[in-house]
Amino acid sequence: MHRVVITGMGIYSVIGKNLAEVRESLYQGKSGIIYDSHRKELGFRSALTGMVERPQLKGALDRRMRVGLPVQGEYAYVSTLEALKNAGIDQAFIDHHEVGILFGNDSSAVPVVESVDILRNKKDTMMIGSGYIFQSMNSTVSMNLSVIFRLKGVNFTISGACASGSHAIGVGYLMIRQGLQDIIICGGAQEINAESTASFDALNAFSIRESEPTKASRPFDRDRDGLVPSGGAATVILESYESAVKRGAPIFGEIIGYGFSSNGEHISMPNVEGPVKAMQKALSDAGIKSGEVDYINAHATSTPAGDSNEAKSIEAVFGSSRPMVSSTKSMTGHEMWMGGASEVVYSALMMNHSFIAPNINLENTDESTALLNIITKTTPAEIRTFLSNSFGFGGTNSSLIVRKL
Amino acid sequence: MQNDEIIRKINQLLIDDIEIDKALISPAADLKKDLGIDSLDFVDLFVIIDNNFGFKMKAEEMVDVRTLNDFYTYIIKRINPIQK
Repeated sequence: MHRVVITGMGIYSVIGKNLAEVRESLYQGKSGIIYDSHRKELGFRSALTGMVERPQLKGALDRRMRVGLPVQGEYAYVSTLEALKNAGIDQAFIDHHEVGILFGNDSSAVPVVESVDILRNKKDTMMIGSGYIFQSMNSTVSMNLSVIFRLKGVNFTISGACASGSHAIGVGYLMIRQGLQDIIICGGAQEINAESTASFDALNAFSIRESEPTKASRPFDRDRDGLVPSGGAATVILESYESAVKRGAPIFGEIIGYGFSSNGEHISMPNVEGPVKAMQKALSDAGIKSGEVDYINAHATSTPAGDSNEAKSIEAVFGSSRPMVSSTKSMTGHEMWMGGASEVVYSALMMNHSFIAPNINLENTDESTALLNIITKTTPAEIRTFLSNSFGFGGTNSSLIVRKL
Repeated sequence: MQNDEIIRKINQLLIDDIEIDKALISPAADLKKDLGIDSLDFVDLFVIIDNNFGFKMKAEEMVDVRTLNDFYTYIIKRINPIQK
């Protein structure tokens, strides 16, 4: 069994386009949520969304590499470039070593919509062009990045709804632990556009606090009224401890536990038992007691039922040890396929810079969320071990535990 | 449309839309070997030609098109079919 460490991180998010910007936003408790009037024109119930500008990659990538890359792939290219750079991995190294990629992604709506629009309009598949097929597949991120970075190792996408990015890191951890790979680029990517979120808006799941966009995402608050969709990309370089030491690579943390479960119940309604099982399995995998976890980055998306059930789950597993808890979704909104990866990056930044980012907008707890030790102001703290939760539609649950080395 | 105008337009489309290096553009240039136009780029050329010249290229007619000059000739014949 091999130990698995994080030797590189990169981020492109609605609260910053690189690690330094994101660290500052986390520290300041800055929201990345805006009101997007285009969504209202389209008939959305909620016009709220996280927003980040599209990377300009002309000049950085040649045309063939850009043509098949959808917007979430562009985000992921930028976050991966940053992660590789601070891992000390350049193209020459990749060309001589087996490096893999496992990314979380679960949609690519715009290329599907646009290519079908062309077909319906032109009545000729030849007018669709060459790029849409590579942009529209769920595996678009791992597919494109493996070509761009000339990767020779494991190469596939994990689609696990809003736990995709977390499961990608979990599966990467298992592969390295088993000795199947030395280095895997793991992460999650999430497109930001109306097309991908329209059917989600239809479920009445989004906050309609449109008069106060930056206060709309309020996980654990008594007056929360729904999530705010968001996106971007996050990358972590997972590496065997031996390889990291041999390379003299920086180590941002060690992944010591991965727990997963499925609720086996409702397709969208979360429960308590599933997350409890995932967290318990992660603790068991890590070989630690619940009291050794200093901080939990909660999945909490700001929905009434989800936050309440997660609070009960955390209380059931951690009870009197009352670890510090916050949901960074209060600032970022719900980064969905990306969230499980970005929240490992956010938490690792906090661990490496000795603070807990605030759960902003928490003004009043309710009966269930009052059970937790939720951090509402930026708090200096030495985090030795954190746990990051991610849950998704279909009742998929993932918990990752990361320890400081 | 005059032939030289068609050629200028094709060159500009290759530079702007396929991002071919301007310095590589010459009538004798081999589309694949010299300009690096691969099978996927040809798919995009179908769209570009339709959008800019208003006709659909046919794959079977492209079999003998090897150089940029062959391509000019093919496009000119489709636009101005009475020319030799």
